[in-house]
Amino acid sequence: MITYFLCLVLFAIGLFCVVRKRNIIKIIIGIGIMEYAINLFFVLVGYRTHGRSPIFARDQMVTNMVDPLPQSVALTAIVISLSVTLMLVAVAIRIYERYGTFDITKINRLKG
Amino acid sequence: MEINLLLLFMIAAAVIAVAVKDLLSSVIAVGAVGIGLSMAFLVMKAPDLAIMQLVVEILSLIILIRATIRKDLPFSTSGRWAFNTVSTVIFLAVFLAFAYFSFAGIHKFGSPLMRVSQEYLSQAQARTGIQNVIAAITLNYRAIDTLGEAAALFTAVVGVLTVARKIWRREDAKYESR
Repeated sequence: MITYFLCLVLFAIGLFCVVRKRNIIKIIIGIGIMEYAINLFFVLVGYRTHGRSPIFARDQMVTNMVDPLPQSVALTAIVISLSVTLMLVAVAIRIYERYGTFDITKINRLKG
Repeated sequence: MEINLLLLFMIAAAVIAVAVKDLLSSVIAVGAVGIGLSMAFLVMKAPDLAIMQLVVEILSLIILIRATIRKDLPFSTSGRWAFNTVSTVIFLAVFLAFAYFSFAGIHKFGSPLMRVSQEYLSQAQARTGIQNVIAAITLNYRAIDTLGEAAALFTAVVGVLTVARKIWRREDAKYESR
């Protein structure tokens, strides 16, 4: 139970970074920390005590494997988080070229 | 337990990443969080996820360092800084308290619910012929998810190329001179 709570604390740190920081790069970092926490929570939900990884070997047939379904879902989510980070960084670099700053409170001119 | 120690390490690295002023140091602290996450996946018996997380972590670190080459450090503490910070911390404390009590509703750590997964585990090898059950689920049972993942990656590449295209800048200059 304490493990779930520590994972949620990690999520809360990312949320604090997104809500309170003014630098766009810091906000991207906060979103990344939240993604890490959610991926880890998927795997924690599927963990079995003294389990083994869900890979069959030829000579051993042990049935106490961990849950493979959350791991498969998290595998998809990790790759999608990479593309989200790529997209956010591209937009941030474009904003820097347009406005000359990463500060979100100074990006208030409407152009184009 | 190892997983709690790794989680404490990740929390410490995340606090450093949020609190430090230099952006490059912050990005490197996020890299420490990612390596801790990779080790946590290894402890949680998910080797495929550990490998994937390591590769993705290195790529995103390169991308973020590319973004932090510009040295721009806005640290204005104007406005109601104390009020905003205190209200955010109170909100997060309420969120964590609700989450802690709602954890009583889900199953205990270490004994997962395996209704669908038991079916996968018992029949994956006979039906698909794949030794690795994660690969069997990703590529056979839930291949439509993998198709969606490929579509999301393609959309991200198209989006980045659209945002960072060079040809728009000339049009922008023409538009602004008007």
